[in-house]
Amino acid sequence: MALDKPYADVPGTTVFDAQQARNGYHLNQFCMSLMKADNRERFRADERAYLDEWKMSETQKQAVLDRDYNAMIATGGNIYFLCKIFFCDGQSFEQAAASMTGVSKEEYREMMLAGGRSPEGNLYKGDKANG
Amino acid sequence: MARITAGVATSHVPAIGAAIDNGKTDSDYWAPLFKGYEFSKQWIAENPPDVVFLVYNDHASAFSLDLVPTFALMCGEDFKPADEGWGPRPVPDVQGHPDLAWHIMQSVVQDNFDLTMVNEIDVDHGLTVPLSLMFGQPEKWPCRVIPFAVNVVLYPPPSGQRCYDLGKAIGRAVESFDEDLNVQIWGTGGMSHQLQSERAGLINKEFDEDFLERIVNDPAGLAQMPHIDYLRLAGSEGIELVMWLIMRGALGDKVKQLHRFYHVPASNTAVGHLILENSEK
Repeated sequence: MALDKPYADVPGTTVFDAQQARNGYHLNQFCMSLMKADNRERFRADERAYLDEWKMSETQKQAVLDRDYNAMIATGGNIYFLCKIFFCDGQSFEQAAASMTGVSKEEYREMMLAGGRSPEGNLYKGDKANG
Repeated sequence: MARITAGVATSHVPAIGAAIDNGKTDSDYWAPLFKGYEFSKQWIAENPPDVVFLVYNDHASAFSLDLVPTFALMCGEDFKPADEGWGPRPVPDVQGHPDLAWHIMQSVVQDNFDLTMVNEIDVDHGLTVPLSLMFGQPEKWPCRVIPFAVNVVLYPPPSGQRCYDLGKAIGRAVESFDEDLNVQIWGTGGMSHQLQSERAGLINKEFDEDFLERIVNDPAGLAQMPHIDYLRLAGSEGIELVMWLIMRGALGDKVKQLHRFYHVPASNTAVGHLILENSEK
């Protein structure tokens, strides 16, 4: 029996479920390795070579090199693991979130100061304001 | 006998910790948030606990995908602040309470909740930010702390009902401990927030206000809320709120609300905070 995923119709959201965690296992474990300072140094020195030490798919590696967080999430990355990458880059959660929503960090900050993204139109896929 | 005198609920946003550590609490951005905790700091100075049982979640700091316990009880003597990738927060080590923790372990497992026992762990912002919010920046935390970690990162987390029932079991365990201790239980995380994908930045004030109301006055009903409602309405990371139900379950059916605060935003998150005095049983 397939896993029940009642959250599949929540727009702009990827739930880190069993399937995602399985697909993203090596990607997320790579992220964890960046908790150690010497690993961060090795990663910064040659990102491609460091990534090649991990059993990640080429799509995952390219997403990391491109810092395309939506692509990393689509291939199983979880934000609490992926944040090790943007911390390594000296970025904040706010900056990373801005990049995922396709707006500048200033626009994103303004949106949050104005009360955040409204639930209106953002609760079901097909709602008009999606995204 | 040990008794649970009060419950505290609070968000644990890492940027709040950074604001405290970097001396930015008076800035235009942060001042309104810290104003909401002034009452709390005074209250806890006047009502100091011996032990805080602190429900939080690890954010891929101590628990990678190597192992992910649903409920982990920290029975060790002390715990260091975790290095989350930019060095540990400059806060004191946390002193545990192994005697009470082991007592809770034995009692709660025999009460049908299968906990993972942990001796060695570094504690991340989920635990240290609430301590900073309530106690400020002391040389040493003024009480013992028993950390209790809940998986809310890898879906599915435990249900709200499971958390509420576990809270009740923790309450029974504390009250059967012989030593005369003033114990508080804190539930942390939330409120509405989403940190990932195109919907990042979601805040649902209506959901949060309703949650703040019901956790005080209708916890048994609130406990029945399914995961999908948290995910859809409060954002993918808003599901952390199930941890507040552990706190609420450990208190009596009737509580007295001493303080309630709500603020948007702290970074990407809606901040909620409650202080609940436990009813006499």
